Amino acid sequence: MLSLLFAQLSFLAQTGPNEMLEGLKAIGAGLGYGLAAIGPGIGIGIVVGNAITAMARQPEAAGVARTTMFLGIAFTEALALIGFVVFILLLP
Amino acid sequence: MFGLTFPPISHLFEWPDFAFEGTPLAMNKTVLIYLVALALTLGLFLIAGARGKLVPTGVQTVAEGGIEFVESQIVSPTLGPSGARFLPLLTSMFFFVFFTNIFEVIPGVQFPANARMAMPALLAVMVWVIYNYQGFKSQGLAYIKNAIFPSGVPVALYILVAPIELLQVLIIRPASLAIRLWANMVAGHLLLVTFAVLSATLWDSTYVGAIAPFAMLVLMTGFEILVSFLQAFIFTILTAVYIDGAQRPH
Repeated sequence: MLSLLFAQLSFLAQTGPNEMLEGLKAIGAGLGYGLAAIGPGIGIGIVVGNAITAMARQPEAAGVARTTMFLGIAFTEALALIGFVVFILLLP
Repeated sequence: MFGLTFPPISHLFEWPDFAFEGTPLAMNKTVLIYLVALALTLGLFLIAGARGKLVPTGVQTVAEGGIEFVESQIVSPTLGPSGARFLPLLTSMFFFVFFTNIFEVIPGVQFPANARMAMPALLAVMVWVIYNYQGFKSQGLAYIKNAIFPSGVPVALYILVAPIELLQVLIIRPASLAIRLWANMVAGHLLLVTFAVLSATLWDSTYVGAIAPFAMLVLMTGFEILVSFLQAFIFTILTAVYIDGAQRPH
């Protein structure tokens, strides 16, 4: 990935500084959102997986497990959404 | 790229004023959706309440179902039996957020009004005022102490925990509440626009190629109905959790 970045940089160095800035912004936005989505993706997987285990073990407590699961998802997802906001702000 | 012209983001979220231009009361599509959602929320409960019958029919069924849903899924798991006095606030909040979100998929409108930061931010500030007021009301000045210094933490760790907890109560909670609702709606709108633009472009050039993106568009529209419901639910349940957390020391 880094070599790709450097190839892009050497290509952009031949163009004007403004175009280079735009390109760097686009790279940063894409990488930023992609990196921000990794952690929450794993986290939501763990939250939902454990909630399903809890519901399967104790079906009578499914309501509590579901409510808590949504809360956990909401807190975990916030990180990915902040990444998304940065992505929107960085777009050229 | 590939003959595809994607509209710039400002074209998707900024609408021109069509009435009272240049005044603070200027109206655009977003404001209109807010007003319609407000009228729907008020109308639902006013009409249902005005003709209260023992055996509910029509609008009354919807209103009673909604109240029961909020009572059993949001209020009783978080606030418990003493939370009944927050039921009107949480029910109207749930329905208002849901109605403003659902305009994302209503044909002819297709804009989630909460994709503009104004209403999520206002609602978050309202929630912030409510839970802080409830904290001071039920705990007095001990609310500040309990909020900043949670019990069960080693004393040495308070150097680390206290600033985080203070920031959490003052800024992070309302900010994340507003950003969560807003960003979900922006992301959903962008997703639908992307597949709609793809379908239209491919229909123009190949006809057959439009099948795949159009199927995806239909699927995503169903997904966005789920998201607009879920975001209203999460917004309301987090409000209930914050109120509950402020009422008693944790």
